Amino acid sequence: MNISFTKHTLANGLDVLIHEDHACPIVAVNLWYHVGSKNERPGHTGFAHLFEHLMFEGSEHHDHGYFQPLQGAGATLNGSTNADRTNYWEVVPSGALELALWMESDRMGCLLPALTEAKFSNQRDVVLNERRQNYENRPYGLAPMALLAALYPPDHPYHWTTIGEIADLEAVGLDEVHAFFRRYYHPGNASIALAGDVDAGEALALVDQYFGEIDEGEPIEPVRASASLPGQVRIYFEDRVELPRLYLTWHTPAMFAEGDADLDLATDLLANGKASRLYRRLVFDERLATDVSASQNSREMTGYAQVTATAAPGHTLAELERAILDEIARLAADGPTDEEIERGRVQAEAQFMYRLQTVGGFGGKSDQLNAYNVFLKDPAYFDRDLARYQVVTHASLQRAAARYLDPARRVTLSIVPQGRVALAAPDSTSAVVS
Amino acid sequence: MKVDRSHLPQPAATRTLAFPSIDKSTLQNGLRVWTVHHAQVPLVAFTLLVRRGASSDPAGQDGLAAFTADMLDEGSGDRSAIEMHEALAKLGAQFDTDIGSDATVASVTVLSRFAARALAILSDMVARPALRETDVARVRQLRLHRLTQMKDMPAAVADRAFLRLLYGEHPYGHSPIGSEASLTALTADDVRAFHARAIRPSAATLIAVGDCDHAGMARLAAEAFGDWTGPGDAEVAAGGPLSPSTSLNVVPRPGAPQSELRIGQIAVGRDTPDYHPLVVANTILGGQFVSRINLNLREDKGLTYSARTAFEFRRMAGPFVLQASVQTTGTARAVEESIDEIAGIRGPRPVTAEELALGIAALTRGYARSFETAEQIGRAALQLALYDLPDDYFEQFVPRIEQVTSDEVSRVMSRHLDPARLTTLVVGDVDAIGPELGRLGLGDLVVLSPDAF
Repeated sequence: MNISFTKHTLANGLDVLIHEDHACPIVAVNLWYHVGSKNERPGHTGFAHLFEHLMFEGSEHHDHGYFQPLQGAGATLNGSTNADRTNYWEVVPSGALELALWMESDRMGCLLPALTEAKFSNQRDVVLNERRQNYENRPYGLAPMALLAALYPPDHPYHWTTIGEIADLEAVGLDEVHAFFRRYYHPGNASIALAGDVDAGEALALVDQYFGEIDEGEPIEPVRASASLPGQVRIYFEDRVELPRLYLTWHTPAMFAEGDADLDLATDLLANGKASRLYRRLVFDERLATDVSASQNSREMTGYAQVTATAAPGHTLAELERAILDEIARLAADGPTDEEIERGRVQAEAQFMYRLQTVGGFGGKSDQLNAYNVFLKDPAYFDRDLARYQVVTHASLQRAAARYLDPARRVTLSIVPQGRVALAAPDSTSAVVS
Repeated sequence: MKVDRSHLPQPAATRTLAFPSIDKSTLQNGLRVWTVHHAQVPLVAFTLLVRRGASSDPAGQDGLAAFTADMLDEGSGDRSAIEMHEALAKLGAQFDTDIGSDATVASVTVLSRFAARALAILSDMVARPALRETDVARVRQLRLHRLTQMKDMPAAVADRAFLRLLYGEHPYGHSPIGSEASLTALTADDVRAFHARAIRPSAATLIAVGDCDHAGMARLAAEAFGDWTGPGDAEVAAGGPLSPSTSLNVVPRPGAPQSELRIGQIAVGRDTPDYHPLVVANTILGGQFVSRINLNLREDKGLTYSARTAFEFRRMAGPFVLQASVQTTGTARAVEESIDEIAGIRGPRPVTAEELALGIAALTRGYARSFETAEQIGRAALQLALYDLPDDYFEQFVPRIEQVTSDEVSRVMSRHLDPARLTTLVVGDVDAIGPELGRLGLGDLVVLSPDAF
């Protein structure tokens, strides 16, 4: 099982990946820039994401908004920013491929002449409203701010969220936009993947025609930083919520690093679905919690694992913490059952197969090719990525759980209803979040 | 070669998609079995539709249909809920249940080599759920906790309150989860009785899409569902009384940085002959990024992250709703602009030729995209089964949309929307927004209790 593709690198450094799939008369255009919030500095956070918004506001040769011509051609399109990368995609009827390449190349090569103070100020207002909607006015919405700030020291590039700090967003100026664009938005820091109803040779010629004339740009030094927790960090804050919620987080291996797949499966068997250990104990049997979930959040430099549970009325986060740590200790001591390992393998196979169904969007085949190319320089990694999950053993999973889910080195966050601080996990100190 | 950037390239013609054909048969118990062969990837997506949803909740038992749907995966026969989920997990299956006003849907997607085993589990869930007393008590508790948590979520508060404002005691007037009082009163016997009455083969369609053929699937379906019985089909009860709702309403959320906004009215059912022009009209008004509402509130004024409108077409007349989260200081402005846009598209500011062309193109040129994955095709087929649409519905969609004219848009929007009948609801900081809202001329501001729904 794999995604067949051709790869070429243009003279200006742009990687071009092409996958043919003629099932549906559509083609996905997916462009990654290897820049995310980890390329920001303290005091200038939120910028990579704000910049993503500006990329939809028009460029020198089409200064009327990015959506209109593409939606008129029947496209769907979007973009997203995370700590490590920013992506932009269109899924278009195959006859509109050239239009999409024209649009993408114009904003890569010629964005700045069209970027006015008015657009900038409007999109800053939009982003501040995005922050209000998805974080400030949402129950538990400020949890990521508190967790990342506790996991990583203030100068670490994973210390802040992608949406950024309000004060930083309000302070940023148009000059910073220009500098950021010149530094990160160029062919040498980008990878484009086309997947769908195209002829690979013709498509490559079109990409070369539209992107080949853009200047390469200066090479970018990879961001490097390390972090570890010397012990426990225990914090809480009060929120407009009815039920208290507990978050446990640990430093874990980076994306694709040794232990990453083990922790994916470990967090799955702990809390993914009703067959999982924590659901069974906390929600089904003891009824301490109304919900529980867990994930290995692997990123380019380093990852973090997280377990989240909401207390049922009448129960405290101290009870939840004890039960969760107890189950993790049991996993670290005894490892998974044979059946859990088998389940993990089948689920990985199924998940990988489901991903092959679509050429574009977030997580489709074009996005997958770019992820492997940008993070590993190896777009053919699909079958080896799946193989990582097939070689997980009882011993390797147990070892990873014991090593990384260490009760003595973690961040414990309690979010409690206003005025109900006693519900927080014991010995927590108040955290300031906004 | 230097690229010509003086104009945008014109899209070339794209070959049209041959829409998937649906093979159909019916089991002796009335269960309809529909299959679509779509074998790009070796998996099968099952969708089981029962045409009974939250609008079938008996009077005084709001939440019963959703509760029953939630109980389907809580065990069958001797198998506990946990064992049932272990069996699904062994297959790497993706499982979900969904409840709407007119439908209950259970869906499972698996690798095709597990299709027979997945279908057996699905039939245990839907036709033979255990519905044990202890499980009912546990799930009721979880649903009550969920209801408690929804009090903190501005969008959930707004959705619940808005349905009640529009529909009152009509079957569409409550959200599927029900209320604290109704959930507390529901018993295991209520759930069993509802399951026996509503979740029955004569109201159901099993849709299988993927690496499968009809004969094989029909045989598997007969093995899995052949014993399922239930009363013959009967029409769902019609709507209830409607009373005019107050026009300007606020649910207080002190100190909120944004106001959660809903503006709308009862509009039309899925069977309206005006369906296609309404879809085009809504696309232009608030159904896409470059819609009038989003360009106004977001791209021009920066008051929100996104604003949109929708006609919620249902079996009976569904609501038209505009929704947005807007910054607190811009609430009155956003309400005024929104009502002005709704009024404008009815005639004072008819859609331009350019807007019409863009709206039609957005709906038609990308239509093939909706039929890429097995789940997408399954959801499309579900629309046919739920709303009794003809087999050539998808073939006819594009030509029908292309015929819509600007006059038709004005006409159907005038027919189905009336600015004088719009209901506005804001979940927000009433002290900060009340005075300005009161000056909009929308009538007296009614402050509602968050617990009133």
